[in-house]
Amino acid sequence: MRALWRLREYAGPAMPFFAGSMAAALVAQLIALAIPQVLQQIVDGPLAHGEASAVIPLAVLVFVLGAVEAILYAIRRWLVVGPGTRVEARMRNALYAKLQDLPVSFHDRWPSGQLLSRAVSDLGLIRRWLSFGLVLTGANLVIIVVGVGILMSMNWFLGLIFLVCSLPLWWAGWRFEGRYSEMSRLSQDQAGDLATAVEESVHGIRVLKAFGRGKHALSTFRAQAESLRSTEIEKARLDASIWVWIMVVPAVALSLCLVVGVWLAAQGQLTVGELLAFFATATVLAWPIESIGFMLAFALDARTATDRFFDILDSENTIVDPAEPRTVERARGELAFRDVHFRYQDSPARFGDLLDGVDLVLEPGETMALVGLTGCGKTTMTALTTRLYDVTGGSVTLDGVDVRAFTRDELRTHIAMAFEDATLFSASVRDNVLLGRPELSGDDPGVLAEAEQVLDEALRIAQASFVYDLPDGVDTKVGEEGMSLSGGQRQRLALARAVAAKPAVLVLDDPLSALDVATEARVEAELRSVLASTTALIVAHRPSTVMLADRVALLENGRVTAVGTHSELLRESEHYRFVITSLEDEERRSTGVDAVDAEDTIREEAAS
Amino acid sequence: MSVTGVQGEERQDYSKAESAQIRARSRHLLGSLLSPLKAKLWLTAVAIVVSSAAQVAGPALIAYGIDQGIPALVEQNWFPVAFAGAAYLITGLVGAFLIAVYIRMSARISQAVLIDLRTRMFLHTQKLSLEFHESYTSGRIISRQTSDLDAIRELMDEGLTLLVRGLMYMVFTAIMLVIVDAPSGFVLLASLVPLGILTRWFQVRSQSLFRRSRVASAKLIVQFVETMTGIRAVQAFRKQKRNEAEFGGLVEDYRDVNAKVLGLFAVYNPGMALIGNTAVAVTLVLGGFRVIDGDLGVGVLLAAVLYTKRFFDPMEDMAMFYNGYQSASSALEKISGVLEEEPSVPDPVTPVDLWNAEGDVEFDGVEFAYTKDRVILPRFDLAIPAGQTIALVGSTGAGKSTLAKLIARFYDPSDGVVTLDGIALADLHPKDLRRAIVMVTQEAYLFSGSVADNIALGKPGASSDEIVRAAMAVGAHEFIEGLPNGYDTDVNKRGGRVSAGQRQLISFARAFLANPAVLILDEATSSLDIPSERLVQEGLTKLLADRTAVIIAHRLSTVAIADRVLVMEHGRIIEDGTPAELIGGTGHFAAMHAAWKDSLV
Repeated sequence: MRALWRLREYAGPAMPFFAGSMAAALVAQLIALAIPQVLQQIVDGPLAHGEASAVIPLAVLVFVLGAVEAILYAIRRWLVVGPGTRVEARMRNALYAKLQDLPVSFHDRWPSGQLLSRAVSDLGLIRRWLSFGLVLTGANLVIIVVGVGILMSMNWFLGLIFLVCSLPLWWAGWRFEGRYSEMSRLSQDQAGDLATAVEESVHGIRVLKAFGRGKHALSTFRAQAESLRSTEIEKARLDASIWVWIMVVPAVALSLCLVVGVWLAAQGQLTVGELLAFFATATVLAWPIESIGFMLAFALDARTATDRFFDILDSENTIVDPAEPRTVERARGELAFRDVHFRYQDSPARFGDLLDGVDLVLEPGETMALVGLTGCGKTTMTALTTRLYDVTGGSVTLDGVDVRAFTRDELRTHIAMAFEDATLFSASVRDNVLLGRPELSGDDPGVLAEAEQVLDEALRIAQASFVYDLPDGVDTKVGEEGMSLSGGQRQRLALARAVAAKPAVLVLDDPLSALDVATEARVEAELRSVLASTTALIVAHRPSTVMLADRVALLENGRVTAVGTHSELLRESEHYRFVITSLEDEERRSTGVDAVDAEDTIREEAAS
Repeated sequence: MSVTGVQGEERQDYSKAESAQIRARSRHLLGSLLSPLKAKLWLTAVAIVVSSAAQVAGPALIAYGIDQGIPALVEQNWFPVAFAGAAYLITGLVGAFLIAVYIRMSARISQAVLIDLRTRMFLHTQKLSLEFHESYTSGRIISRQTSDLDAIRELMDEGLTLLVRGLMYMVFTAIMLVIVDAPSGFVLLASLVPLGILTRWFQVRSQSLFRRSRVASAKLIVQFVETMTGIRAVQAFRKQKRNEAEFGGLVEDYRDVNAKVLGLFAVYNPGMALIGNTAVAVTLVLGGFRVIDGDLGVGVLLAAVLYTKRFFDPMEDMAMFYNGYQSASSALEKISGVLEEEPSVPDPVTPVDLWNAEGDVEFDGVEFAYTKDRVILPRFDLAIPAGQTIALVGSTGAGKSTLAKLIARFYDPSDGVVTLDGIALADLHPKDLRRAIVMVTQEAYLFSGSVADNIALGKPGASSDEIVRAAMAVGAHEFIEGLPNGYDTDVNKRGGRVSAGQRQLISFARAFLANPAVLILDEATSSLDIPSERLVQEGLTKLLADRTAVIIAHRLSTVAIADRVLVMEHGRIIEDGTPAELIGGTGHFAAMHAAWKDSLV
């Protein structure tokens, strides 16, 4: 229960309300217990003596007690509505903030579905437990003790029969809970797998259609659905067995009490009114007693949910801001990798570091293309610049300052990225493109005008004028919940976003791969003007992209093995020729056209 | 605006006729799901009726025991009290046993319904055309199949059991009350009036709140998932603070509507308790007078009071599960809408078999348009003889992909016919169609599972030898061997740490293994590095030697291996010839080729 105790961090201010609610529940239950006592008074008093007029005040008392019970009932609920939902909201916001702060490596390990179930259903469960489970468990335990005391005081023998007969129910409830929670965890996992299968069958629908594998996918899906079904049926079997206990135990207890009670009454040891009150009280107690098993289950579920919540909150963030951050007014844009090592945490020991001592310096304003075979770590290297991952050895520096010495926020204002798989958020084109310029969102006319200008310029550079033809122009909502755009369109918007951020350093991961030749050429022409004044690291697969760069770095076996202009590397590095030279190029060389000369010519043209 | 299929799904203001239409189709769906389970349903109904009756017999037996048992026992007659005790025990046991039967049966029924519904949704989703998927968005179709089905499951699992059990319990309690003491029955009947008014009030208020709560939670979920899946961009562009503000607003909306719902319950439930307690007090007064007059036994009075009190017991549960009912019924409305969507590319009614395709593709008077005034491909004819390799070039939006998708029958032409070996694609057995024609797209999707599993998707049951051969043929073998567990490496969600280029290689190997008569490559090499592309091209030259191929590529390098080039613009084929002819000419292609040559270097 220590886990639940930790909830006080969030539930603290609400605690008096929960306590008040518990008190209301308790008093209401006590009143419910008092009503049978009044009944007894009526039966043994006015009814036994035939005094009709005396019935009225006692009946009024029953009514008043009933009304007070209802009011307390309302108070019990009213007290926790606000505080309970606020605890839930507080925890939800805390979880979200923590998750946004945790590094990408954390998110690599945790599928978003797992995080979602914590943020939504787990927190809802905790709120329900705090507002009802905790309150009622407390109240019910007291009521059982008091109620059994009353039964005992009415007639200790009948009371004892009732108590002894109820014990197996507690035991069964306890046993049941253990097995049931096992099954429900299993069924949750299986439901998660099933949801994954659904998700994949939708996201991969083009592949499934192209190969006609819908049936094949269905059979996997069916198998998973079937195993979920059998778990659910097993759960129902357990559920049924506990219900048998819940119903049989009181039946046995009350039938025994009936026979013994009637016998005692016949012996004159018990008045009819007392017998009646006994049964009325036992009826009132039936629910609190039955509920103990479930309350226990509820508490255990809430504990699991709390554990799952704190799993995240306790995760250590390995990428944090320094205690005394350095700051640079306007970065010059010198980006350097010094003996950088990197390996993913889950990489098997027998594999070496993915980046194994990378040394590379980008001068301010320089455009550097990063070239290497697919899977050699180019994308990873770009992620180190903005600390999406941290190096495992060596350092990355901006203007000579280790990137880890800046706050992450400042670092990421200096360096903007465009990712290969362009992520767009469910927001307007405008908001997506101006994502890196939060200062440009406002109603001030000056700001609006500047925002408009930055937006137009970025869209022009990325050749994304297609957005003006969308239903609502730049205000059209895109992303998962909006218009679906083609890969090339998304890529251009992601590029526009990076450009609009006007950073000192641009990091672009194969930013033009999904564009057609003509568009690519236009984007390149526009990009040159931006790159003239901005330091840029561009992952490139194509000679055309390499052409944007002043120099090229060749990444090979985890190191930068060569740096130079395209033509230098073509001359000097066999690996570079292997990586960048296409079939036609070889063809052309064999037919006498000198590639190097051609490149120089173009360079001169571009410079002039 | 119509509400047929998924149209108008997001609206909240249906007219009477539209609501009726939606309800009718949900009912029809529910009926079709339940009809195979008729026998089980009846058995379950009998179990619940009998067990409820047994359960409510209790107070009557206690009344009998007290009123008849005590005087009899004074006379040393044990029979009435023994009978009452035994009967109480037996009804308890029977009730318990039948409840157990009921729970297990209802779980079987609900699981049968769910698996049926899941399968139908899954199959239907796969049948629906890409056109549908593109406009409906993946998020929505996934939530139909997950959270909406969950809502139905929750109702069937818990809500329905409690609802049915509670309802039966109330009905029998009322009946027993009338049997033991009719005047008390009238008191209960009278109390139903305020109860009805209160319930109606609750229903009306809660309905709109529940709807708002679902909208609020959906928004919350969308924002959450989007943040987590796009975490790189969120962090790189410092969106955290802005996200926190947005998310905080959504959390507050959700909290607010939840608090309002709970507030309703905080009025409704105590209100019911008040009505119940009042009814008990009135019963007590009326009964008390009659006991004094000698018209009523004390035991009967107790039974009447207990019955009146018990009648209100299940009400709280029922209110709770009204919530479940609300969300389940709206979920069912949406699901039935999706199931109502007709696939625009239907399977043939009388499929024609084609065991061995040659690969002869023809377009005969084909036109493709989304609507009358949005013609994507104006009417054209095109013959691609078996074995020919075609390169489709042209700028973005020229209609290359659409043409390719017509061959793969992702779409059907709005006019004219596409044939394979003289058989219309629409008549071809889907199995033969998919065996003969395979399309590889730019977006190389990997399913969770091993690399080998993903390649084997091209040919289920392929031996590991075949898989390795396919990977070798496209030059993927080397990098796969370098993965932590080689071919058994798990490619985690959405391709995880396999780079974009590597994903494309795997999907190439998949197509290679499928070995189709017609292969369509839509931008399938865009993320490959040049050495990989070179390997793929070597593989392709072999692979494409004796089969029909349509290649769409932005990089003209691929064109080198084509027998014939089609240049497209604004949906029309404007140039058609061998690469050499076109390069030598003065058309678009010659210009594009020249520009591309320059870009190479």
